[in-house]
Amino acid sequence: MTLEEKQQEIIDEFAIYDDWMDKYEYIIELGKELPIISDENKTDDKLIEGCQSRVWLNTAVEDGKMSFTADSDAIITKGIIGLLIRVLNDETPKEVATSDLRFIKEIGLHEHLSPTRSNGLASMVKKMKLSAIAAS
Amino acid sequence: MITDGISIPFDVSRIRKDFPTLHRQVNGRELVYFDNGATSQKPQLVIDAITEYYTENNANIHRGVHYLSQLATTQYEDARKIIQNYINAPLSEEVLFTKGTTDSINLVASSLGELFSEGDEIIISAMEHHSNIVPWQMLCERKGCTLKVIPINEAGELMMNEFDQLLTPKTKLVSVTHISNTLGTINPIEEIIKKTHDVGGYVLIDGAQSVQHIKVDVQALDCDFFAFSAHKVFGPTGVGVLYGKKEILDQMPPYQGGGDMIAKVTFEKTTYNELPHKFEAGTPNISGGICLGTAISYLSELDLNAIQAHETELAKYAEEKLLQFEGLRIIGTAEHKTSVVSFIVDGVHPFDLGTLLDKQGIAVRTGHHCTQPLMDFYQIPGTVRASFAFYNTKEEIDVFIHAVERSLNMLK
Repeated sequence: MTLEEKQQEIIDEFAIYDDWMDKYEYIIELGKELPIISDENKTDDKLIEGCQSRVWLNTAVEDGKMSFTADSDAIITKGIIGLLIRVLNDETPKEVATSDLRFIKEIGLHEHLSPTRSNGLASMVKKMKLSAIAAS
Repeated sequence: MITDGISIPFDVSRIRKDFPTLHRQVNGRELVYFDNGATSQKPQLVIDAITEYYTENNANIHRGVHYLSQLATTQYEDARKIIQNYINAPLSEEVLFTKGTTDSINLVASSLGELFSEGDEIIISAMEHHSNIVPWQMLCERKGCTLKVIPINEAGELMMNEFDQLLTPKTKLVSVTHISNTLGTINPIEEIIKKTHDVGGYVLIDGAQSVQHIKVDVQALDCDFFAFSAHKVFGPTGVGVLYGKKEILDQMPPYQGGGDMIAKVTFEKTTYNELPHKFEAGTPNISGGICLGTAISYLSELDLNAIQAHETELAKYAEEKLLQFEGLRIIGTAEHKTSVVSFIVDGVHPFDLGTLLDKQGIAVRTGHHCTQPLMDFYQIPGTVRASFAFYNTKEEIDVFIHAVERSLNMLK
């Protein structure tokens, strides 16, 4: 599946929810399902300090493809991280670096990625892209 | 509106009609606004006063001979007198307009701080907002002063016996909050002021969370400085007040140079204007000052005792209902508290709960509330804070409780 196809798949999944609370219920479930990164990987150099929630991001390149694992102390943040990882994992550094993550806006979650939202997500996306640029 | 000085009976449904924002919808629900600790909503007459100023009366103040300039000057100086009366300051020139509480505290740190020297001591408390911590840290760095902190107990009350130990003849200033923005604790400032004066120090009271809830009389308190923000007392943003005793303000050097604050300028020597202008360089927030006067007039027509009783009842009702949830803990259980309810729930991040409440039309604050040292004390990442104003109702709390229940069912 291409990056664009993965984005479209998420947009379709969210299309069935017309109520905000249902949408968030789904995000919370995704957050609960996301594999937690091990405590030894939750080091300060991997920590992205938001004003409200904290995010840890671990980046690797395997066989020329990006591999991200991440965690957060807030479950909604974690659910959104799960979506980002689903879209960006196993893509080439170039694909990640140049990706337009339009699905976030399409499913109505762009407020979470605003730099003023202070949940660490905007910084995380930036860090994901920078690591992809460094690997390309 | 009342004009004969007699307070009207407290009627929340009538009062709510004065605040247009309370009647809007958010995320498809009726707004429940419980973030009054961050900022209050504005009554229509304040909103109208802002429009009227820019529509009818806009001019620069203090210098113009023309009609509009004199009108704007009169309105601005009348607002100063309204504020003077409200906090019972002896003189109107003791009421300085600033940008807000933060600016007021920084004014004292920058100006009074110039008179401090190495080894002088400044005392703050463990429950201070960052704006009453950082300016003093910066001053200590600049002047070699020492910063001391009054500790708190688990309930979120100042440990006054520890305070006694911190006071020394070197204490130059004690700067404490009247009411904690995070915990709602009402501090024993009368005792702090008296004891500090006994060792010859000054006292600054951060009143950002108090003037809107309880009657403040700066003469009865005998505080040396009192700071508050307009936007938390139903006025506009970007304007605030620093009250200071004239004899202290007179000794303090100006901290910003510019227009309005000078008596005479030559390239050889400049002399400074009198109070309050000495501390009000440049064109101020004229409309902000005037409309703060409007907001204070509105507030002074209400019965503050009735307001306090209503707000205390709201907080008590909310706490009782919240404590029914398993694993929920109220942060800040001081004996003397105002209408702030801060809480955490085991296994639930405040950010998640705040996000879900928002989607149900409820505005609360989540996070560390600019009091990170306090969060460290309780070893928590933050709290969810519901802070009530007199226009809030028990019915709104019922909606809030229902929304908390729904959110916790999703998160746990």
